[in-house]
Amino acid sequence: MNMTTDTHNPVPDAVPVLRVHNLSVTFDTYKGPVHVLHDVSFDIFPGEILGVVGESGAGKSMTGSAVTGLIEAPGRISAGTVELRGLRIDTLQGEDLRRIRGKRIGTIFQDPLTSLNPVYTVGDHLVETIRTHLPVSEKEAEARALALLEEVEIPHAKERMSQYPHQFSGGMRQRVAIALALCAEPELIIADEPTTALDVSVQAQIIALLRKVCKERGAAAMLITHDMGVIAETADRVMVMYHGRVLETGAVRQVLDAPRDPYTQVLMAAIPSVHQRVERLPVPEVGGGAVAKAVPWTPKPVDAAAAQARPLVEVKHLCKEYDLSNGWLARLLAREDKKILKASDDVSFNIRKGTTFGLVGESGSGKSTVARMIAGLTPPTSGQILFDGVDKWSPAANTVAMRRRFQMIFQDPYASLNPRWTVEQLIAEPLVVLGLTSGPAETAERVQEALRRVRMKPDDAKKYPHQFSGGQRQRIAVARALASKPEFIICDEPTSALDVSVQAQVLNLMRDLQDEFGLTYLLISHNLAVIRHMCDDIGVMQRGKLVEVGESQAVLDDPQHQYTKDLMHAIPDIAHVH
Amino acid sequence: MTESVKQDVALPTGWKASDSPVKRAFAKSRLVQVAAGVLALLVLATVFAPLLSLHNPFDPSNLDLMDAFTAPWSQGMGEMFYPLGADDQGRDVYSAILYGLRMSVFVGVAAVALSLIIGVPLGLIAGYAGGWFDTLLMRIADVQLTFPVILVALLIFGIARGLLPEGYRDDMAVFVIIVAIGLSDWVQYARTVRGAVMVEKQKDYVLAAQLIGRSQTAILTKHILPNMLAPILVIATISFAHAIVAESTLSYLGVGLPPTAPSLGTLIRIGQSFLFSGEWWILLFPSLVLLALALSVNLVGDWLRDALNPKLQ
Repeated sequence: MNMTTDTHNPVPDAVPVLRVHNLSVTFDTYKGPVHVLHDVSFDIFPGEILGVVGESGAGKSMTGSAVTGLIEAPGRISAGTVELRGLRIDTLQGEDLRRIRGKRIGTIFQDPLTSLNPVYTVGDHLVETIRTHLPVSEKEAEARALALLEEVEIPHAKERMSQYPHQFSGGMRQRVAIALALCAEPELIIADEPTTALDVSVQAQIIALLRKVCKERGAAAMLITHDMGVIAETADRVMVMYHGRVLETGAVRQVLDAPRDPYTQVLMAAIPSVHQRVERLPVPEVGGGAVAKAVPWTPKPVDAAAAQARPLVEVKHLCKEYDLSNGWLARLLAREDKKILKASDDVSFNIRKGTTFGLVGESGSGKSTVARMIAGLTPPTSGQILFDGVDKWSPAANTVAMRRRFQMIFQDPYASLNPRWTVEQLIAEPLVVLGLTSGPAETAERVQEALRRVRMKPDDAKKYPHQFSGGQRQRIAVARALASKPEFIICDEPTSALDVSVQAQVLNLMRDLQDEFGLTYLLISHNLAVIRHMCDDIGVMQRGKLVEVGESQAVLDDPQHQYTKDLMHAIPDIAHVH
Repeated sequence: MTESVKQDVALPTGWKASDSPVKRAFAKSRLVQVAAGVLALLVLATVFAPLLSLHNPFDPSNLDLMDAFTAPWSQGMGEMFYPLGADDQGRDVYSAILYGLRMSVFVGVAAVALSLIIGVPLGLIAGYAGGWFDTLLMRIADVQLTFPVILVALLIFGIARGLLPEGYRDDMAVFVIIVAIGLSDWVQYARTVRGAVMVEKQKDYVLAAQLIGRSQTAILTKHILPNMLAPILVIATISFAHAIVAESTLSYLGVGLPPTAPSLGTLIRIGQSFLFSGEWWILLFPSLVLLALALSVNLVGDWLRDALNPKLQ
């Protein structure tokens, strides 16, 4: 018996549902074996949820795949054992493995749309899965399926049985996925990033549901996620992974509040909190220890003259309507009215020079539409955007001089950098197009300067974007935005595709640059903690409307609008206890 | 699922995902090496055909009717030695293949170039601009696609011959056939490029270029076009092989290149009529060369597509 790896066993006498002992996974590549998991050991006891956290590349999903026997060649389990209630399952093959996988281990994936077959109804999915694993008749299976849908709290379960996956919203689909995982009454549920694709408010419901079904059924669960807040709200114990190794395992509060491993300590501190603002986030680094220490927040003295000065950006009664209706003939025949989507409905706010304005909201709330109108990429239906007093959509704004003052950083650094261009070409483009350099020599110099600013190496200029990690790419995107020395940068979800430690690096970098150049930012994010950390003023958007706007601290500490209150309540936060 | 698994594979030092798999693929894959070798050989043969051939098969005064149907690797009635035999006109099959290969490759390259020149810009504009132009172009493409390529080529060929004055028909046959194949093949490019543009134009790098005020033309040619390279190259290699085969088919049907200046297809047509009377070499050798050409172009094209993709370097 291996009890040494886990001293925080809540039920020492119980038999674990899952016991993983010294598991190693190796990929045989042309350059020799690559070990992606080293000596991973953990137990999960009945009714317990084990959270597995770590950044991308830590081996979380690989651990899940190893348990379910889903490791694909050239990968293989090179050492160690996986036992399900005392039965070794890592050596099982073919049919034996398949039987275990569906029946005794249920799996929930990240994207519920791709894990459901679009041509089968939700009822078909459930009935088929139940009948594959349990010896019941069609009728019984249907009754069970209905009960399952009710258990996962899908309203009007009876009618929804005959509907197809696309008729369900993301959150509802994830409920169906949970019902599917429960079909064969599994002893172990593996959930791999089950809430990552969902909005905050939906995420909170799914977390609660997952906890409920595990507790009621006494099933053990392994919850894989990069989101520390989700772990805090869901898991009983947590296992922190880094580069294929387990750094520490322990009760959730103990790991979150008093982590023993230095890497975990910094990792926890690097997560921005909705309740507290710091000047700089600490950045975790390989081997533990912080590169940049956390710097507490120091309120800046308010410059009376600056406060009185005209805001850099004034957004006035901005509206954007999308016509989603059918053609006029079809509309006439069906006697339909026009279907208008108001992506932005009378939105007004100001951005003061040298400050950061945050725009928060869930997906579809219209925050990106507003950003695009301000950037000049989408024309507004009505309303005005004044940039330093000039109407952004008037001919007067359509000059090179105006464009120099603007830049934008996008969410996905994989899509925002042309894969066929070198880093040098990418950064040089705005310089050349906006006529900011006198010749190739100066361009090259300014590219190097921009790279230095974002702490990249000079010879990175000759490389292509795919040769960098996500965080490095986002830094290249920041370098591109900075090269033309703009005054105002629109950041559309700049860190939502990044790991916590990389997010901390990028956010710190944005801060440094703001202090140095007096930049003004418009920051769009669904992550309230990031907004809290970065912004001076914020606006909360819901279905195209700006429901609350004001100073960041005031709005988040004492929200006035019901929606803001709901949002604040729904965010999984590491300070919460379930 | 695969995505998350892929991301979670840690890449420790000493094992870079960026290590050139292209060079390795070339060094490792015997198939690509052989294909490249065959292709190089065939290209050299087309370039140096006059030096390598035993006589000019296009010049009727060189042909000796007495040597007709000489078997491979044997002496004719006169001095002439025939390594691959002679055809019904007493033409050396080996020399005829060299010159025929020349015609075929020329027709293939020119036809592909023509359909590229028409199809790629149309596809780029249709995909990027959308609207009525896109609708119009795609309907035209749909209509043309409902007819078999050979039929369209036949139609264009027929019209062109009707329009040309009598004396020029044989001289202009090569160009007519290039136009016929080129015009019947542009649809492939336009449709593929349009689809790929519609995917690319959604990406943020296009927005970033719009933001700094780059012109539509610059965005299309500098940003989007380089990302079209892979799909274009794939179709180009396939349609190069297609064009050669289409030319052969047309020539085989008797509407392509005249028997006095035979391409590989014309040679195959001539050979086909003697297959059952025992003179197999007239058909077999040109067919083998055509097969080798089409196959090696496809294999090298596939490899080139990967080699030109910076993501795989």
